[in-house]
Amino acid sequence: MAKKSSRDRMSNEINAGSMADIAFLLLIFFLVTTTIVEDKGITVKLPPWSEEEPDITKLKKRNVFSVLVNAQDQLLVRGEPTQVEDLRERAKTFISNPFNAEDMAEKPTKAIISLKNDRGTSYEAYLRVYNELKAAYNELWDELSQRKYGVPYSDDMPFAYKKEIRSEIPFVLSEAEPTAFGEE
Amino acid sequence: MSKFSKKRGKADPAISTASLPDIIFMLLFFFMVVTVLRDAELKVNVSTPYATELTKLEEKSLVNYLYIGKPTQKYQALYGTKPRLQLGDKFATVADIPLFLEKHKIKVPEARHGQITSSLRVDGEVTMGIVQDVKTQLRKSGQLKVNYSAKKDPDAK
Repeated sequence: MAKKSSRDRMSNEINAGSMADIAFLLLIFFLVTTTIVEDKGITVKLPPWSEEEPDITKLKKRNVFSVLVNAQDQLLVRGEPTQVEDLRERAKTFISNPFNAEDMAEKPTKAIISLKNDRGTSYEAYLRVYNELKAAYNELWDELSQRKYGVPYSDDMPFAYKKEIRSEIPFVLSEAEPTAFGEE
Repeated sequence: MSKFSKKRGKADPAISTASLPDIIFMLLFFFMVVTVLRDAELKVNVSTPYATELTKLEEKSLVNYLYIGKPTQKYQALYGTKPRLQLGDKFATVADIPLFLEKHKIKVPEARHGQITSSLRVDGEVTMGIVQDVKTQLRKSGQLKVNYSAKKDPDAK
């Protein structure tokens, strides 16, 4: 066989057909190894640590909405057993106090939600309660926002509006140290 | 117009595939940018509870993850079935949290230290005791922005 001189082949272009296969291989590798994690959750701002216990005796009883979750995941709201489904409505009426009831918050700025749980409470129950309380506030903010500005409350509304709403109905949730009860 | 009638005879049947790699590369880059390589193998079972009032965690580089749950089958012989804390890719105790936070902090520019969020990925069946200990430790370490990881409730509204 006569060897072709390499000069003759110069005009040939490099075959790029397999490039797609290589890229596909890489693509599949990334598809398999990576996971799109759902990064969603309830964002909470914890209070700064202080050694002394906060003094809650100064608060008027009518302004405090106490929620207790025990080790059996049962709920006690202001001294009476409650279902978690009713918690949102109760919290809303307490904070907004539409009929100026004697035993509810004087005004939304004074309302304080106090949440307490046992060490044996399941995380699921705790988060469910927390979610309901947060939902109560979110609904109140939404209502206020609709009334004042005619827009739903959302994260992308103007900062000034948001600040105004948040100052009118501030989210105050105090969490007491849990009682050491029912730990596994 | 004769311009059009001639076309049929001239058509070259081969479709050029030269741009195919470019398209695939584009897809590849999209996936490389969008996805994050899971840096830690999960040694605890975490199935987060459902919730409705969710916020999305925006920047992954500003988030550190703390996992709490029962050790997976593989590690149960060694670590038992009591809920444990996992930091990075290993089991840890509450006392290891400050160092873990500090290690993450040095990777973040100083101006953005205030925006660091701790994502607590906790199994729904875990009792609050260990969660409370972790929370207390986070407060002591000055890490106050916390996100309780949860799934979107499919039954909601």
